[in-house]
Amino acid sequence: MKYLDEYRDAPTARQYAAQIARVTTRPWAIMEVCGGQTHAIVKFGIDELLPKAITLIHGPGCPVCVTPLDLIDKAIQIASRPGTIFCSFGDMLRVPGSAADLLSVKAAGGDVRMVYSPLDALGLAARHPDREVVFFAVGFETTAPATAMAAHLAAARGVKNFSLLVAHVRVPPAMEALLASPDCRVRGFLAAGHVCAVMGCAEYGPIAAKYRVPIVVTGFEPLDILQGVLMCVRQLEAGRVEVENQYARVVRPAGNQPAQDLIRRVFEVVPRKWRGLGEIPASGLGLRSQYEALDAEKRFGLASHDTAESIECLSGLVLQGRIKPAECPAFGTACAPEHPLGAPMVSSEGACAAYYRYRGRPPVSKS
Amino acid sequence: MSHPAEFTPACPIPIRQYPRVLLAHGGGGKLMHELLEKMFFSAFGDAPAGGRHDAAVLEFPPGRLAFTTDSYVVRPIFFPGGDIGSMAVHGTVNDLAMSGARPLWLSAAFILEEGLPMETLWRVVCSMRRAARRAGVSIVTGDTKVVDKGKGDGLFINTAGIGVIAHSLSIAPGSVRAGDAVLLSGDLGRHGMAIMSVREGLEFQAAIESDSAPVSGLVQKLLVAGLPLHCLRDLTRGGLASALNEIAGAARRRIIIDENSVPVREDVHAACELLGLDPLHVACEGRFVAFLPAREAGRALALMRRHPSGAGTALIGAVEAGAPPLVALRGAIGATRILDMSSGEQLPRIC
Repeated sequence: MKYLDEYRDAPTARQYAAQIARVTTRPWAIMEVCGGQTHAIVKFGIDELLPKAITLIHGPGCPVCVTPLDLIDKAIQIASRPGTIFCSFGDMLRVPGSAADLLSVKAAGGDVRMVYSPLDALGLAARHPDREVVFFAVGFETTAPATAMAAHLAAARGVKNFSLLVAHVRVPPAMEALLASPDCRVRGFLAAGHVCAVMGCAEYGPIAAKYRVPIVVTGFEPLDILQGVLMCVRQLEAGRVEVENQYARVVRPAGNQPAQDLIRRVFEVVPRKWRGLGEIPASGLGLRSQYEALDAEKRFGLASHDTAESIECLSGLVLQGRIKPAECPAFGTACAPEHPLGAPMVSSEGACAAYYRYRGRPPVSKS
Repeated sequence: MSHPAEFTPACPIPIRQYPRVLLAHGGGGKLMHELLEKMFFSAFGDAPAGGRHDAAVLEFPPGRLAFTTDSYVVRPIFFPGGDIGSMAVHGTVNDLAMSGARPLWLSAAFILEEGLPMETLWRVVCSMRRAARRAGVSIVTGDTKVVDKGKGDGLFINTAGIGVIAHSLSIAPGSVRAGDAVLLSGDLGRHGMAIMSVREGLEFQAAIESDSAPVSGLVQKLLVAGLPLHCLRDLTRGGLASALNEIAGAARRRIIIDENSVPVREDVHAACELLGLDPLHVACEGRFVAFLPAREAGRALALMRRHPSGAGTALIGAVEAGAPPLVALRGAIGATRILDMSSGEQLPRIC
């Protein structure tokens, strides 16, 4: 298929791998930020093509994975209300809250629907004026413009039965939080290409300069990732710390201006708690006061409460890149996609799901 | 009793005074009998000698018997390339064919929701009739129930099927051996994507048509040619990935698949990319995998490609010895990974 097969070409992939091996003189740990990249790496075996000196560390770029337990519990509360249509992206439905998941709510009679766009949820609100339609707005800066558009249209049309449970998160503050940690091993980043397609590259210059890390805006196909790694290693070997754009066929330096305007019109930057990482300042997007009427938390009077996460699940360490999924004792035993302890095991961008799906269960210990 | 020579959806609907199914159509009284006579008996065949009875009495030819059943709840009822009626015939016929049986007879049980347009039911019944003729099976017994409005979703169908096994092969996962070749009878994923393409909010520019079709004729051709088939499995829910994993587990073997050799049509591939689905997990309704000794793979491949149901057949992999049993995929850029079953349901109610 055009625009796809040419980025999965095996001979070219091997050429890139050979080039990376040639320019690498020392060990380097590089973090791919986005879970979509992690899946491509594990699915296509890109890490196996790289020289041993290059370690890819999987980053926290899985919005479903980092959505805090508290918000999932709120989603479950709202979805359980009679007369509500609760809409979510498919990935979110199987993520365990503290007691249940959204699929169990559906099985118990709740009207929980998978949608591909917040605008579909807005359409449902128009078709069901007697029902409360709530969209679980999850995602990084990539999905925020669509949520902003739905909010903007709902306000402009005066739709009264539509609201948003907002869990949007921003990538740059999370990268900073990881870099600020004293035991951070990451020496370079592959930034999330689709986030930058919306937001542009400007936010990353100050991070590269402050923490002395090269950042390469990178795509999601195997050759994108290999080229991103090569660009990052070249910078590391040369001692450069720049923001480079591997994904120029999609990402313009200034990003998508109308999308950014829409985000700014509807959302303001707020602190946000990340599952496994804790609260990160300025890492979330919340509805501005003029869109307050669309805020599902306020509409349904839901109070925040601290919810303890599973002790057995080490997804926090996985999301910080401190351990690989298979190093978690629960991986493939207590935790599997059919009975997950943490979100990274069920999300299509989760690192644990990628390892489980493409590399299998750990061999049963013979001891 | 006479019946129209050719049934098409344009055929005049035989029950005119009731545009929708009523609870009374399942009540055992006159309305139910009218529905049976005018709708089902007229479409599915004449009364046997001695009149209608509680069971069909059948003369069985020599050989072993294959028996299977399946229920159909697909939504929407009509989709590009098929409908719940044609699927209810093809699916059960194909399950019989996977044991190497020649399908002979089907039962058809309908659960109708009160208020279902009579015209919808008639279109489905006509479609079943056409599908049965194409597959060479007779629908010889059945049942109808009507549930209250809101307690069903229009129409559910169960079919059971009986076929005769005239050969002495044991066509089953347990017969799979290291060294077997794996053939796939055509491109993947069309049925699942055909259903997705007509689901709310996902309309694609060009409709992908379901691959729903009977494969029994093709399987009979392989048997007649004397090919030593070890295992056959049709690809339904869970797609190729589930079928191969089930066989690998049951046969205690490793199955190695070359991803580049698995046929996927470009529109299906594009739709899967858009929706974040893997064609290897998407359902088909007219495709199967065949396991047989590698030395016979060339002959089987040529035979299958000459048959309309197998024109797109490809050799996709091989069986190896070794533990633990698993399915491995040699990927697009050369690395090998595990091909697991998907854990949840990827696309609900596709069959």
